[in-house]
Amino acid sequence: MNLLSQPVGLSHYLVVGAVLFVAGVACMATKRNALGVLLGIELVLNGANVNFVAFSSSWLRSDSQFAMGLEGHLVALFVIVLAAAEAAVALAITLNFYNNHATIDVDRADELQG
Amino acid sequence: MELSQTIPLLLGLAWLLPLASFAVIVLFGPRMGKSGVLSGHVATGAILTSAVLSLLALALWLEKHGVQEPQQPEHDSHGARRMSTVRRVTHVAENEPEHADEFADGPADRPRGIQPLFGSWYSLGTFGSEGASRFPPLRVEIGYYIDTLTICMFAMVGVIATCIHFYSLAYMHEELDDVTDHEVTLPDGHHLHRPGRFPRFFQYLSLFCFSMLGLVIAGNLAMVFVFWELVGICSYLLIGFYYERKSASTAANKAFIVNRVGDFGMIIGMMALWGSLGTFTFGGPDGVFALVRPASQKHHLVVPDGMVRAAARDQIAAGVAPTSTQINAWRQDGYGYGLLVIAGLGVFCGCVGKSAQFPLHVWLPDAMEGPTPVSALIHAATMVAAGVYLVGRFFPVLTPEVLLVIAYIGGITLFIAATIAITATDIKRVLAYSTVSQLGLMMLSLGIGGWLAGLYHLFTHAFFKALLFLCSGSVIHACHTNEMPRMGGLRKKMPWTAYTMLIGCLAISGVGIPGFLGLSGFYSKDAILAQAFSFADSSGHTLLLVAATAGAAITSFYMFRLWYMTFAGSPRDKHIYEHAHESPSVMYLPLVILAVFAVGVAWTMPLTPLSLENLLEQARPKGAQSAGQIWTDLTIPEEHASHEFHDQATLAATAMWVIGILLATAFYGVRSLDPEDVRVQFAKLYSFVRHKWWFDEIYAVLFVQPVLLLSRAAAGIDRRWIDWLVDRSAGWTVGVSRVDDAIDRWFVDGLVDRIANSTYSLGLALRGWQSGRLRRYVMWIVVGTVGLFVLISWFLELAVAGS
Repeated sequence: MNLLSQPVGLSHYLVVGAVLFVAGVACMATKRNALGVLLGIELVLNGANVNFVAFSSSWLRSDSQFAMGLEGHLVALFVIVLAAAEAAVALAITLNFYNNHATIDVDRADELQG
Repeated sequence: MELSQTIPLLLGLAWLLPLASFAVIVLFGPRMGKSGVLSGHVATGAILTSAVLSLLALALWLEKHGVQEPQQPEHDSHGARRMSTVRRVTHVAENEPEHADEFADGPADRPRGIQPLFGSWYSLGTFGSEGASRFPPLRVEIGYYIDTLTICMFAMVGVIATCIHFYSLAYMHEELDDVTDHEVTLPDGHHLHRPGRFPRFFQYLSLFCFSMLGLVIAGNLAMVFVFWELVGICSYLLIGFYYERKSASTAANKAFIVNRVGDFGMIIGMMALWGSLGTFTFGGPDGVFALVRPASQKHHLVVPDGMVRAAARDQIAAGVAPTSTQINAWRQDGYGYGLLVIAGLGVFCGCVGKSAQFPLHVWLPDAMEGPTPVSALIHAATMVAAGVYLVGRFFPVLTPEVLLVIAYIGGITLFIAATIAITATDIKRVLAYSTVSQLGLMMLSLGIGGWLAGLYHLFTHAFFKALLFLCSGSVIHACHTNEMPRMGGLRKKMPWTAYTMLIGCLAISGVGIPGFLGLSGFYSKDAILAQAFSFADSSGHTLLLVAATAGAAITSFYMFRLWYMTFAGSPRDKHIYEHAHESPSVMYLPLVILAVFAVGVAWTMPLTPLSLENLLEQARPKGAQSAGQIWTDLTIPEEHASHEFHDQATLAATAMWVIGILLATAFYGVRSLDPEDVRVQFAKLYSFVRHKWWFDEIYAVLFVQPVLLLSRAAAGIDRRWIDWLVDRSAGWTVGVSRVDDAIDRWFVDGLVDRIANSTYSLGLALRGWQSGRLRRYVMWIVVGTVGLFVLISWFLELAVAGS
């Protein structure tokens, strides 16, 4: 089955989500700049969001005549809010870290090691 | 308020105030002012208030009851011959027949109508239940029994104790700072250096006053015994006040132990009373006094039913019904009389210990180790007075046999102590033996029926003996020595002390001009001698009369020997003389007050019948003396009968003090005779008396050494057998414990350690995983997620394949 020859369906969304997710994880795992890590986190979250929205879309569901199909949307909204809050906290941490260490290299933030 | 409520309230307050002061000083003593100086003021204030309350009670009592003008006898043939115009002799029983069984208008019917106040403040407990035995249940109460004697004692104790407290404020001042005790040498050669004990002294003094007042007000014998013991413990604490000194701690122990011997007898007496009467209460219709001297029998001595029943228990067990006629028949046969004698002798035993009578007199001279104000308090107002007081209080219960024993014990004590006092050189010891001797005189007087005379002497003696002791304290304070041979000539240095002490010496010698005026001792000694004459006349016991008379001469001899050696002549020790100085006014003012009392306490208030003698007369126990049942020819004469012997008594007393003072003046005043000659001439006798009749040595051989031997034997048994047993069982215990210990150490501890160690190493191993590197964490999260994903898909595949 070739996705490129199919009409746009759930699978395409899932592919996009997976790509975003993997890109985000790769970004988190490789970036030494804390802001880069934060970008990666955003990507991961939004990759998940794409999946939620896709699963919940009434055009892509077979049971749309029975259900409202708003669960995924709601969770997506929740994740967005969460992301915003997390970004605020994380940025504050980063800023403070910069104040104390004059850098935002995450490899230098290893004071919590066991 | 009714007087019957006011007086117990006042006296109760006066009694409890020293206790309050004691409690306050115990709790806050050292924090009261600098080094606790305020504690002295608290104690003094408390006892001063007590004295004021007691005097107030006395005034109220007098206002209610008045003082009876001594009744003139109907046939006043003797009244014209009376020598003294000042002293009035209560004298009613002149025409009374001597037979005890004829209930004539004797003292029992004297129209005074002064009833003692008695009652209970608090019931401590009840033993036995109603109807369980033939007695009502024994109630142990805090109660009171107040008659004129009680109130007079309160006033006397209060006044003397107040003087002594004031005096102590100055005398004990060196206890305010750290004290170096020159009589204690430590092993390293230095003298003992210790903090001052000023508050402690006043705390004990307060407790002492509280105990003595409690003893006086006590309404039953059990309460008397409690305060009796409290007085004992206080004297122990105060005699041992300088307890670092070996002599002081030994003296304290001696006083306490010797008193225990007497108290043992007292407990026997109490058992005899309780076992047969079932009550300890003094007053009331079922109290001891009413049982022994029932009003229905005109207060004659009657063996109470309970005692008869107790004595005739064999007959009752044999089936004879104890009806009232049967009991009367038994009583006629003399059943129960022995119990009454035992009760009296037992209680007197306690008094022998407390009032330092022969053979238990040995503790009192040693008690001089305490600070001098304590000696004054013990010797004058409190401890030793307690014994005489109790004999006086218990007088109605004492049978003629007991009284004769008391008289002889008193006579022996009087004579022995007086002789020892002649040779003593320690100023305080002379006074101590003088006290013993005077107490003997009081006991003698009580024993021969001179109830009033004995207690009269108790009061007068209290004042002049307190005065003498405080004077000697003042001398010691100035000279820092007790030895009279090192003093001399101090009259010029300390006039106040010298002349107040001279007054004391005159008073104790009984100086007075017959028919005109005398010091207090004159009157009381006169009364005692009159009774002794009367007793010798009626019963033939002349020895007691001789003892009393000779004692009077010896007393004035040694008292003036003391005064001459201390204050007259030329100084024998220049160094001491140079440093001697008059004491501060707070010390000699109490001396002056006491001197005034010593002079005038026996005088009659002008234009009134108010005098100590007439006051005491109010409290005289009701009932005439009867003949003894064991010694049937023994009759104690009524005190009123002694009236006709007053002329002889006064003459004898006067002759005695004149002889005594003249002799003392010859030997020690003008030194026309040399005491050294006498000493050489009677070397054996001198050494005998000088060693206090070898009493301490005899007791050491008879009692102390055997006890020590026994103790050593017991200690040997302890060490050899009981210690061995204990050691063995201890060894066993150690062995078992070792095994226990090994198990604990190797097994239980090992297990716990092993768990802890493995947890620790696991922690160490896992520690490396927490590297703190964010990117590594992310990697592990990814690896973990993928791993989980793989695992779950694998299991899912298995599950799907399985279904």
